[in-house]
Amino acid sequence: MSHNAFITEARIEGDGDGPLAGQTVAVKDNISTDGVETTCGSAALEGYVPPYDATVVERLKAAGATIVGKTNMDEFGMGTTTETSAFGPVENPAAEGRVPGGSSGGSAAAVAAGEADLALGSDTGGSVRCPAAFCGVVGIKPTYGLVSRYGLVAYANSLEQIGPLAPNVEAAAELLEVLAGEDPNDATTREPPAEVDTDYAAAADGDISGLTVGVPTELLEGADEGVRSVFEDAIDALESKGATTEAVSLPSVETAVQAYYVIAMSEASSNLARFDGVRYGQSGEGDGNWNESFAAAREIGFGEEVKRRVLLGTYALSAGYHDKYYKKAQDARAWVKQDFDEAFESVDVLASPTMPVPPFERGESLDDPLQMYLADANTVPVNLANLPAISVPAGETDEGPVGLQLVGPAFGEATLIRAGSALA
Amino acid sequence: MTVDDEEVRHVAQLARVDLDDEEVERFAGQFAEILEHFEALDEVPKVDPDPELANVMRPDEVEKGLTQEEALRNAPETEDGYFKGPTVS
Repeated sequence: MSHNAFITEARIEGDGDGPLAGQTVAVKDNISTDGVETTCGSAALEGYVPPYDATVVERLKAAGATIVGKTNMDEFGMGTTTETSAFGPVENPAAEGRVPGGSSGGSAAAVAAGEADLALGSDTGGSVRCPAAFCGVVGIKPTYGLVSRYGLVAYANSLEQIGPLAPNVEAAAELLEVLAGEDPNDATTREPPAEVDTDYAAAADGDISGLTVGVPTELLEGADEGVRSVFEDAIDALESKGATTEAVSLPSVETAVQAYYVIAMSEASSNLARFDGVRYGQSGEGDGNWNESFAAAREIGFGEEVKRRVLLGTYALSAGYHDKYYKKAQDARAWVKQDFDEAFESVDVLASPTMPVPPFERGESLDDPLQMYLADANTVPVNLANLPAISVPAGETDEGPVGLQLVGPAFGEATLIRAGSALA
Repeated sequence: MTVDDEEVRHVAQLARVDLDDEEVERFAGQFAEILEHFEALDEVPKVDPDPELANVMRPDEVEKGLTQEEALRNAPETEDGYFKGPTVS
């Protein structure tokens, strides 16, 4: 297929009738599929064939969906452009010559190009929402605990959730309904509180009269001018449909990128220790002892961005630095949470551009990791606060699509879907 | 903030990741820049986090698991039904 959206094409048929019967779904390649190669976009896992299905894959099959392949991604989910994949970069079907965003770039590109009706991504710091924004499709990052992570190859467990990508809000909501729910194999899943609306598909009615939308000034200040103008037009459209908007302040987001990267890298350094080349994956070969063989397997198997994050995470957790980096990052995380909680006392949802910039040109950001990290400024606060968010297409600049991000209180997915469906 | 090659080599050794000389040099420069950016965390106020944690318990019941064959299927090397790893010294 075109765009290099898939690492592996496959055909896994679902079980007859169900809410997703007749629908094709592309699954990100860090989600385990029984008997179908799952690489996480890494040479370290080339040839790895999981012996079991992730819970979300079981749910797709039970809902009657047909899985059409495993999508390309930044290696282990570490990137914002889908250029760190060991299987080559993905092209953006909606903006030629530009990246599709990441890390679920293959999933977003597959939906944008019509190569699948729907797709699954995973979102650790924006990895569903960023590619949704850059490819002009809809992406949802669910509340932490709404969707099972069993069978998702872990990058940063405390931050990530599997989420749907679709051409419109209603289709994304239908897919979320299939994915959501408690799982005994993932003790971090939770049932939403009883009073919360979980009829996600029915919520896509576009009725936003009386909705209050807060716009955090900090998430608008740094945005590119073209992005800002598209965003403001979308806000006007929400107002014309009966929403009221007001400016709000979230001072804690100024250190969210730093907190996110310290926490994500620290968790990654621990999670990726499992890739020792003994039980699965790239072998260290050679005749050395355990440590030498282990270090050799990881030199061969890991790409540069993965090494960078594993090393920085190891540094942040090492003796003498733990309090300075990891502990402070946890304080910053608690601060972000508190800021959001206070904001939701006066507004129903918060709106910002999903990405402060239009899609990068290919190759543009690879040599400057810090610049790439800073592009995640608007998405990472949501993961730090365990909240749900949706990215919906808001319009285009000359450089490609622009996404509008809506953030809600925990388990407020139905409200986000209702608000998002007023636009797409 | 500076990070020298020795520090990069030390942390790479802790993380069990071999690096070539070129990677060490490039990482030293990038780590300095990234860690400098992380310094902003020093300004974060102390916040009392809401205790949101709860134990999740379930009965300890035997369920179907992977067979030995399935568990070993992806191993680069096995012997007599076991994973075979390098010498632990």
